[in-house]
Parts: sequence; C-alpha cells; structure tokens
Amino acid sequence: MEKFVTKKIMKSRLLKSVLFAGLLVAPVLVHAASLSRSLDTIRAVGPEGKGNAEAAAAWKTVSAADSGEIVTILKAMNGANDLAANWLRSAVDTIAARELDADKKLPVAALQKYLADTKNDPSARRLAYEIIARADPATGEKLISGMLEDPGSELRRDAVQRRIDAALAVRKAGNSNDAAQRLQFVLPSARDAEQLESIAKELKQLGQPVDLPKVFGWVWDWKVIGPFDSTGGVGFDKVYPPEEKIDLAAEYDGKTGKVRWQDFSASGDRGLVDLNKPCGALKGVAGYAYTEFNSDSKRPVEIRLGCKNAWKVWLNGKFLFGRDEYHRGMEIDQYRLAGELKKGKNVILVKICQNEQTEQWTKEWEFQLRVTDPLGAVVASAKK
Amino acid sequence: MKTILTYAALLGSLTFASADWRQFRGPNGNGVVNDPALPTQLDVKNIQWAIDLPGRGLSSPIIVGDRVYLTAASGPKQDRLHVLCFSAKDGKKLWERQFRATGRTMAHEKTAVAAPTPVSDGERIFAFFSSNDVLCLDLDGNLLWLRGLTHDYPNASNSLGMSSSLTVADGVLITMVENDSESFTAGLDAKTGVNRWKLARPKMANWTSPVLLEVKGQPTLAILQSGKGISAVEPKTGRIVWEYGDGASTIPSATPSDGVLYVPSKGVTALEPSSDGTTPKQLWRNGQFAPATASAVILNQKVFTLNGAGVLSAGDAKDGARLWQLRLKGPFSATPVGSGTHLYCVNEKGVLQVVDTAAPQGAVVSELDLGKVILSTPSIDGGAVYVRSDGKLWKLGKS
Repeated sequence: MEKFVTKKIMKSRLLKSVLFAGLLVAPVLVHAASLSRSLDTIRAVGPEGKGNAEAAAAWKTVSAADSGEIVTILKAMNGANDLAANWLRSAVDTIAARELDADKKLPVAALQKYLADTKNDPSARRLAYEIIARADPATGEKLISGMLEDPGSELRRDAVQRRIDAALAVRKAGNSNDAAQRLQFVLPSARDAEQLESIAKELKQLGQPVDLPKVFGWVWDWKVIGPFDSTGGVGFDKVYPPEEKIDLAAEYDGKTGKVRWQDFSASGDRGLVDLNKPCGALKGVAGYAYTEFNSDSKRPVEIRLGCKNAWKVWLNGKFLFGRDEYHRGMEIDQYRLAGELKKGKNVILVKICQNEQTEQWTKEWEFQLRVTDPLGAVVASAKK
Repeated sequence: MKTILTYAALLGSLTFASADWRQFRGPNGNGVVNDPALPTQLDVKNIQWAIDLPGRGLSSPIIVGDRVYLTAASGPKQDRLHVLCFSAKDGKKLWERQFRATGRTMAHEKTAVAAPTPVSDGERIFAFFSSNDVLCLDLDGNLLWLRGLTHDYPNASNSLGMSSSLTVADGVLITMVENDSESFTAGLDAKTGVNRWKLARPKMANWTSPVLLEVKGQPTLAILQSGKGISAVEPKTGRIVWEYGDGASTIPSATPSDGVLYVPSKGVTALEPSSDGTTPKQLWRNGQFAPATASAVILNQKVFTLNGAGVLSAGDAKDGARLWQLRLKGPFSATPVGSGTHLYCVNEKGVLQVVDTAAPQGAVVSELDLGKVILSTPSIDGGAVYVRSDGKLWKLGKS
C-alpha cells in the first residue's frame, strides 16, 4: 500500500515536473516559432511596398527578441533581398542598442562564430562585427586586423586601411623602405578604388610606381564604331546595326558618312575609352565599343562601368542595363552590372551616346569598364 | 491671477508644442514661425548644446514635441543611412537606426546622401535619402515601413545627388524623384508606404522640394516645381489641378505664404491660385529677386531672396517692388528662416547672421561663427534655432 502510495505520489510528482518543465519550455518554443514566422514574413517583403504592413507587425516581434536571438536574425539575412535585409538589420540594431544601454552582455562568442563563417551574408557579417566591436572593442580590433583577405568588401576595406595607416606612420617616422614594403604587401588585398589609388600614389612618391591600369584590370582593347546619329537624344533608343549583329567587316551609314569598326585602346590610369578620338569630337552622336573576353570557366561576374554619357551594355547579346543621363559625373565602378561569363569567348558591347550640350564640361564622350567577380576581385580575360 | 498665469503659461507651451517644426522650412513650408522666445543677439553663450553626428548630411533637423530628428549617412560611399533622435532639452541621443542604401549613393562633393529633410505627421517620422530609400518609423524608432525607390525603379537617380525633401498631407507622403532618366513623383500611403499614385515628371535633374499650398476655402495642394514650371496636385490622388508653364528654377523651391505662391521663375513670380482650379493669376514678377541656391522667404508681407553674391533683397510681397538690399557675408546654400522681424541667415562658412528686417535698410544685429561649413537650412522651435553641419548639430537658444 505504502509502496503504491509512494509510487502514486512519485508518478504525480513526475507528472507535475513534466508539466512544469513543459510550462517553461512551451513559451520558448512558441517564441521561437513566432520569431521564425516573423522572420519569414519580413523576408517576403518585395518591391513597391509589398508586405510592408505585415512586416511592420513582424518587426515588433523580431526587435523584441532576446539578444541570444541576434545570430538567428543575422542568419535570416543570408539570401534576403536588400529591402528585407534593411528590416532585419534595424531589428538587430534595436536589440543590440537596448541590451548595451541596459549594460547587458551581448552574445559575442556566437557572433564571432557567425562572423568567421564567410558563407554568411557579407553585410550581415559586417553587422555582427560592429556589434562585437561595440560590446568588446579590443576583440573587435583584433578581429578586423586579420581580415585582409575577407570576402566582405567593408571588412576587408577596414583591414586594408589599418595597414595603409600603419605604413604611412612608418613613412612619417622616416623609414621609407619599410613603408614601401608594407604598401606593396597590402596592395594585392585592396579592392576599394580610393584605397588602390591612394596606395599607388604613396608608392609612386616612394619611387615604386604601380601599374594602375593592370591593378584595376581595365578592359583595354576594343573595336569601336561611330558616329551614328543621336540628334535630340534619338540615338539612345534607336537600334543601330551593331545591336542586331556584330559584323566587324561591315560598313554602315553614320551621321557624317560611312562608318566601320576600328581598333582602339583605352588610355591612362583610369582606362578611359575616349570615343572623341576615333569618331570625332561631335555632339548628338552615338557610338559602340566591342570587345571579346575569354573565360576559362562559366562564372558569375560584375561588369563595372564608369560613364558620364548615356549608355547601354550587353554581355553575350543579353542586355544588362542602360541609362540615359548625361554629364552628371563619373566614378570608378559607378555602375555594377551582374552577369555571367560562359566558358570560352564572351562578347561585351557598349553603346555610348553624346548629347548636344555645348558647355566645356560636356565634351567627354567616354567610358571605363572592367570585369570583376561579385566581390570586386579583378577578372582578367583568359588567354585563348 | 495665478490661474490666469497658469493658463497663459500652459497656452504658451501648447503653442510651441503644437507648432513643432515637422518638415523642411517649417510648419508652413516657408521658413517662418512666430517664436517670440527666439534670441536675436546670438553669441557663443547661446549654444545650449552641440553634438557630434555619425555621418554627413545637409538635411535639416525636424522637431516633434521635445525631440529632434535628423538624418545622416556614413561610410566611404555614404551608404550607411542613419535616422537619429535627440532630446531637444540636452541633445542626448534617444535612439538611432541604421539602414543600407539600396540605390546609388554617388553624389557631388558639395552635397550628401542625407540631403533631403525628413518630415513628420506627428505620429511618424519619414526619412528620405539621395539613394531614394524612404524609411518610416514611429516617434520611438520602431520601423513601420520602408521603400527603395531606386530598387523599384532602377533608373531613378541622379549622379550629382538627389535632394528633394518630403512633405506629407492627407495621409500621403509626397516623394519627388525627379531626374534626367526615370523621373517621377510618387504619393506613398503614409501608413504602409505603398504607391497611392505615381506621376511621370519632366526628365530633368531637379533638386527642389514639394511644398503645400493652403488657400482658404480650398483643398490643400502639393506644389511640384521643375524646370518647366509648377504642377499643383491633389495629395490624395496625384491629380493635376493646375499648372504654370513659364519655367522655374531647379534648385531653390517655391514659397507659399497667405495663399500666394512665390515661385523662383524669371526672378520671383507671385501666383495667386484661382478658386476654380484653372491657371493661377500672376500677381507680379520681378527679375531683380532671382535667388541663387536659397529659396525665398516671406516675412511680414516682405519677400526676401539671397543672390549669388550674398546680397539680401527685400521686396513688397504685395506688388514685388524692391525695398532695400543688404550685403551679407556669403555665399549661401541654406535658406534663411525667420521669426518676428528677424531673419536667420547662415552662410557656407558657418557664420550665422541675424538680420533685423524692420530696420529701414535691414541691419545685421548679431553674428555667430560656428566655424564649420554649413549648407543646411536651420530649423526653429521652442525658442531655439537648430543648425547642422556635416558633423555637428547645434541648439542655439536663450543664454
């Protein structure tokens, strides 16, 4: 009887324990499920405000999550579109700020693990790094110093900048040879155009000029044809024969007479293809530049263009993007067009239109172009 | 007596609180409020607080209640977008949210990605950037919605930078995205950010900001200015109610005041809307008032403009007759703001000059050198002037 009673009591206690444990675990599971649903809702946002109303409610759940969930939210940024990433980023920011304001600890170890996995989204990894650096500046500094070859452009840029600053400090202290060695060391790691130009400038002053066109990887050799008519801007939309078929032996009616393809090379440190030279310094005109680019494999790339004229770009006959803006400025990597190289010969066609403005600063009819991998490393044309 | 004083004090505080400064150039979009507590003799003792900002920007601060909201952009490409909230009392940062630009951030060095001024409807903050990212947060920093207008319309950008500020009316946020290529103005639902309407606009770069035109007995109209002129549209629908087609500047914006619209067109052209929605009546035009970068200000029935040489011109707002000219220390990018009889004009070198416009030929009554490049239009609220540079935000009030 006693045994039975004891057993019954034990059973009852066990049941209570299980129930109690269940009560403890259930909210956690519910919260985890709720967080997961909310992350899915945010990841579903799209163009023109699609999903905004639902995302606002989901954002409240996500931003109220415990700091232990930050890595879960960062993981949701992997593969998220830019709009969803912004929703998630601001939720992470909110959680981190709240915890830091309350002098609570952030999950630095888990964030470090997330950061170390370079398969994670580069901008989410950057966010993880920034939270680490805020929570533990010494660890942040140690981490960034080792990111010279990081695939994330911002992390790499900061690591490169620290090396540049260190080299300049050595130079200032009078050790030019050491400074030059340090700059030569960091040069291959740099991807950012401003940093590359800054390193090149310093090395030139130190008597070690850099082959900047090679460093930037400008596509150098082109066939060009023009001028075609673009009076009143009509040339931007008008389809001239090179857009229909590339025939390098053909001759066409141009704006000022017959036109045919001619060899032309880029020039200068910034790899400019100046159509005013082969086609005449004209206004209200359009021209084309064509090049063949060999790849030893099928691979995703970015066609990176700088241009202050209206332009269109095709890769292997596929239209990538075009823009009809004139003389508002040009910079390296101004436009980054995602494309895919096929194995073997690829063809790049660029259309450049010049308008009819007469001011001195509207004379340029030129572009610069390079091919990089999606992270900014130069992809050079392979040998045939 | 005590009760009366208490009511008076309460009324006074309510007047300030209800006014706020919720958008570019203030509650009426014309840079003018009546704030008797505003100091006119400014010196360093008037700096109540000055705080460092995390990024660049030309946007003006807006003030809602006892909070100051501001935008900035950081990073080598200015692609980190910040929305900041400070206590008006002591400048303490109350919250900050960061986002990434989803559109292009290239801009001329004299402008910045955080050029457009945010707006508030009293419940929400709407922030806008040159990348054409639009962010809507509640007053406590909770994200309510966002849009990437270049993300959605990929050729909507200007390689020199975009700068049109926002305005909001009838539950619709007016976003001017006017440029050489994919040029439009959109009315976004203030609650959800979805398009209520999208109006194709002239394909030409345009840095002006929309303003609201309030005419007694008529519905509020949103005024869109471009190189072609003015389009007055219904905020709710985007329907064009009337147009003025005699050209207008693409940098300084139109100024509404007492139902009249002062347009930077062939100098300044004063337009009085007709009651039947047809072409507005031209009250006057004066080529002598051609503004450079700063927009016109209408204060006490006088129109004021700044030219490229830093000369402040005063005219009669009723007939456009020139009254006087006063050479200030220029050049100016910021539009002056005003209260009472005083204008607050801050030049690009950071010298804030207070002009007494009631003096016979106008007179500079005080100057404060803030020592930084300032291109941003000041804001006024609660007896203080707020001024921002690329890296700092100041509150100037009674010492």
